[in-house]
Amino acid sequence: MNSQDPQVVSRRPGFLTRDALEKLFIVLSQLGYQILGPVVRDGAIQFDTLSAADQLPRGVSNDQQPGHYRLEQGENQRQFDWNHGPQGLKPVCFSPREVLWAEQSNPPVFNPVPPNIEPTAVVGVRACDLAALAIQDRHFLSGSDPDPHYRQRRESLLLIGVDCARSAATCFCASTGDGPALDGGYDIGMAELDEGFLIWRESDKGRTVIDQLDLLPASDAQLETMLQSTTQASLAQQRNLPDCDELLLLYKRLEHAHWDNVAERCLSCGNCTAVCPTCFCYEASHEMSLDGETAQMVRQWDSCFSATHSSMGQYQVRPTVKQRYRQWLTHKLAGWQSQQGRIGCTGCGRCIAWCPVGIDLTAETVAVLEEGSLDV
Amino acid sequence: MFDPHVPHVAVIDQRVQESPTIFTLRLQYEDTRVQDAFEFDPGQFNMVTLFGIGEIAISIVNDPLDSHFFDHTIRVVGRVSEGMSKLQPGDHVGIRGPFGRGWPMEQIKGRDILLITGGLGCAPLVSVIRYLMRRRDDYGRISILQGVKHADDLIWKEQYSVWSAEKDVRVLLAADVATQSWQGQQGMVTELIAQLPLRPQRTVALLCGPELMMLAAVANLREKGVQDGDIWFSMERNMQCGIGQCGHCQIGPKTVCQDGPVFCYDELADFFGAKGF
Repeated sequence: MNSQDPQVVSRRPGFLTRDALEKLFIVLSQLGYQILGPVVRDGAIQFDTLSAADQLPRGVSNDQQPGHYRLEQGENQRQFDWNHGPQGLKPVCFSPREVLWAEQSNPPVFNPVPPNIEPTAVVGVRACDLAALAIQDRHFLSGSDPDPHYRQRRESLLLIGVDCARSAATCFCASTGDGPALDGGYDIGMAELDEGFLIWRESDKGRTVIDQLDLLPASDAQLETMLQSTTQASLAQQRNLPDCDELLLLYKRLEHAHWDNVAERCLSCGNCTAVCPTCFCYEASHEMSLDGETAQMVRQWDSCFSATHSSMGQYQVRPTVKQRYRQWLTHKLAGWQSQQGRIGCTGCGRCIAWCPVGIDLTAETVAVLEEGSLDV
Repeated sequence: MFDPHVPHVAVIDQRVQESPTIFTLRLQYEDTRVQDAFEFDPGQFNMVTLFGIGEIAISIVNDPLDSHFFDHTIRVVGRVSEGMSKLQPGDHVGIRGPFGRGWPMEQIKGRDILLITGGLGCAPLVSVIRYLMRRRDDYGRISILQGVKHADDLIWKEQYSVWSAEKDVRVLLAADVATQSWQGQQGMVTELIAQLPLRPQRTVALLCGPELMMLAAVANLREKGVQDGDIWFSMERNMQCGIGQCGHCQIGPKTVCQDGPVFCYDELADFFGAKGF
């Protein structure tokens, strides 16, 4: 019965015991990949370089609420029982700070500074972050001037995704259609079970790795558990966003009283844009050497909540917190629809958990869309 | 791989001081292949780098047929433009571009053209005026309304005289603060619209300048019966990348650096004049 399920048919997973996960790391290393994976650092799940499977967290899950993120140590042996930390794939492809080019004044010359990149396998990527990566791919690569730095990093990646078997209270990927089950955009997929992992290849790049693992056949019961886990994770989600057509109405609510309500709470700190896996704003500025002979153009993440973001030199287009929050939300949920054909949110809920005052994007959106203060 | 972030070196061929704070640089790419490949439309802009200091968006003011050089008219407003004002012929800058969508010159052939500029925002429209004068037979009547804050701010005075002598070209000037020798009107440039014998169905209006001026002009033009689809304007926002990536210049779902800087009023009607966009 289960083996006929479309998801199972497309995945055709094999079984890998928990102890055999080490073999995956060995194969990745032999193929020349540096490995990025989840570690517990500073009280949060963060992606860092790993050399062995036993460096993965064990029994670590998370409690995420508005303005709240805490890791919890359980008794189980699961290594992917957490949802996500403050960052996913964004810093891997879109560097938080990097040199774009270097210049010298005499003779005048501008030289590209290509990033130093090695093939990288990322273990433990979530569906919401793969959807966000696809959005960033479109932003940085699909236009007439693709970004060479982003492209080189992106093309160096081998992505090993993991189904989410549980949702945090802040997750709403089911309502944006981006999770909790993996749905494309990765090379190798995994689903974690108590006794080990179901694992399958999604791309030819992933096949090279999978072919070197001695997989056992997956049982019907294991396939059933895989399907049930993501279904339950989906059903457990407590938050959701209105549908896309309704979100377009945000642009018709520019004078809604609720923007003032949010502005009274919002600190304009930019945490939401820093943790958002799709936010792409960056600033580029010159840094000159002390001798004045050379300089470099450095770009780093920017935020539409910063004072300089809308600066026109003598004035700001968005001097108030209300205008900045409205800019962020309307762009994310309405503007992106005409720019990219979908909303710029994948339901990861990071902006809710990492907001120091617990502003909830889903609740604010619904409040602004409520009738009563319709302008124009 | 082509890197859109990296400028090409250009050398300053000529420098003209237009007013105490406005200067024009005539530039040539050092690499002749880059110069030969450089094509632009009136209304497009370049990102101009002053070595070690910064990069700013500046519109191109000469005619696209001038293939051996390009001109930037720059007003000193900040650190980078002030530094650029000190450059002399033989000095170098970095250039990326051209970027954005310029004026719809093909689309508006045969129409009466009304150009309205205010403050010192005349540079993007000067390229259009020059373009029209070179192709005078392709367009109908031309009206140029130029407003300045102070009479002394008006640059290119001789050019306005030359243009106004052309057939079917009307030039009207306004200064908020007039001087004794001022030949134009005292007041706002938008007040000049009422004096024009407009043929609204035939007219296309091209606007450039402070947004409040353009907002007032749009209202006056609509009153006169000019269609929303026939009103075009050039917008300014914080621009850093020029290629629609860095996110600063967005107005609603549009990016000024790629979708603009020239927009049809229809395209931005929901956001034009909305505070915070």
